[in-house]
Amino acid sequence: MTETIVITSGKGGVGKTTTSASLATGLAQRGHKTAVIDFDVGLRNLDLIMGCERRVVYDFVNVIQNEATLKQALIRDKRHDNLYVLAASQTRDKDALTEDGVGRVLDELKQEGFDYVVCDSPAGIEKGAHLAMYFSDRAVVVVNPEVSSVRDSDRILGLLSSKTRRAEKGEGPGKQHLLLTRYNPARVEAGEMMSVKDVEEILGIPVLGVIPESENVLAASNSGVPVIHDAESIAGQAYTDAVTRLVGEELPMRFLEAPKKGFFKRMFGT
Amino acid sequence: MSLLDFLRQRPKNTANIARERLRIIVAQERVTRGGPDYLPLLRNELLEVIRKYVHVDTDAVQINLERSSEGEVLELSVALPEAGNAAATGG
Repeated sequence: MTETIVITSGKGGVGKTTTSASLATGLAQRGHKTAVIDFDVGLRNLDLIMGCERRVVYDFVNVIQNEATLKQALIRDKRHDNLYVLAASQTRDKDALTEDGVGRVLDELKQEGFDYVVCDSPAGIEKGAHLAMYFSDRAVVVVNPEVSSVRDSDRILGLLSSKTRRAEKGEGPGKQHLLLTRYNPARVEAGEMMSVKDVEEILGIPVLGVIPESENVLAASNSGVPVIHDAESIAGQAYTDAVTRLVGEELPMRFLEAPKKGFFKRMFGT
Repeated sequence: MSLLDFLRQRPKNTANIARERLRIIVAQERVTRGGPDYLPLLRNELLEVIRKYVHVDTDAVQINLERSSEGEVLELSVALPEAGNAAATGG
């Protein structure tokens, strides 16, 4: 049984690709055969975050247009044998993705025995974003605790409940989860940033994970190693927790409180 | 709170402002979502008509589409300004 999960947000720059890379890696670490697909045709980036940019020969559009087989286009991850990346095309225009074509590739991944297919959606609500969510069984909506991101997420939630194949067939929307990124507990405590609870109440769907703002996220993308590999960093640990919840285990949220300041900092601030 | 923070002017709790603004706009957008496409246009045109007579804010007109088994009810509510600020623009 293959589960297709879309990572989406509406707004750009909130951490969809970082999240796709880390969740897919985490699922593979747990032993699940996983593929992660970049739907951002023309602005390919998942390959960079996964660290396989120099090994891309064929891409998603090549497979859709029968210029390459799926096997030729899937790039096996360096660290995990059961993790594969399907890159977006960098040269074609967005119309190269078709509903038939995407459906066919996803069906083939099912036949190949993949447990999870993670679809990294482009920003916006255009064709690429639509197709990334259309075939999904579940959705992870990546959101920053910030007004424009929260509003766009609500718009995306509306589309998820009406413009997916499940919704069209009357099967109801699939499971939906929120994943907060760039969370800064100190700023939440100071009243400068909305809390997890605020965002959860406004959007009305459960939280899968909270990724604290961390310098390790940039370091990870700099080096092309998904941040979930960095077990020392709180962002990496938070992603590992999110994957555990994604497969159905319950786990309390961590890193929601600011680290306690020492005496000197309390007196003189930062 | 640190000594320096205390001496500095504390900023307002903007997280609360964000939350309240989002509550309103998200609720408003959810109502028109899935409803007929003309709802936002209808709202704007109503607003223009009302503004011929009264100065109202752009968010003064709220439209609510209720669905029940007996059909749909389009509910309009217009918040008029306080008496002192009300003035017909004429036109």
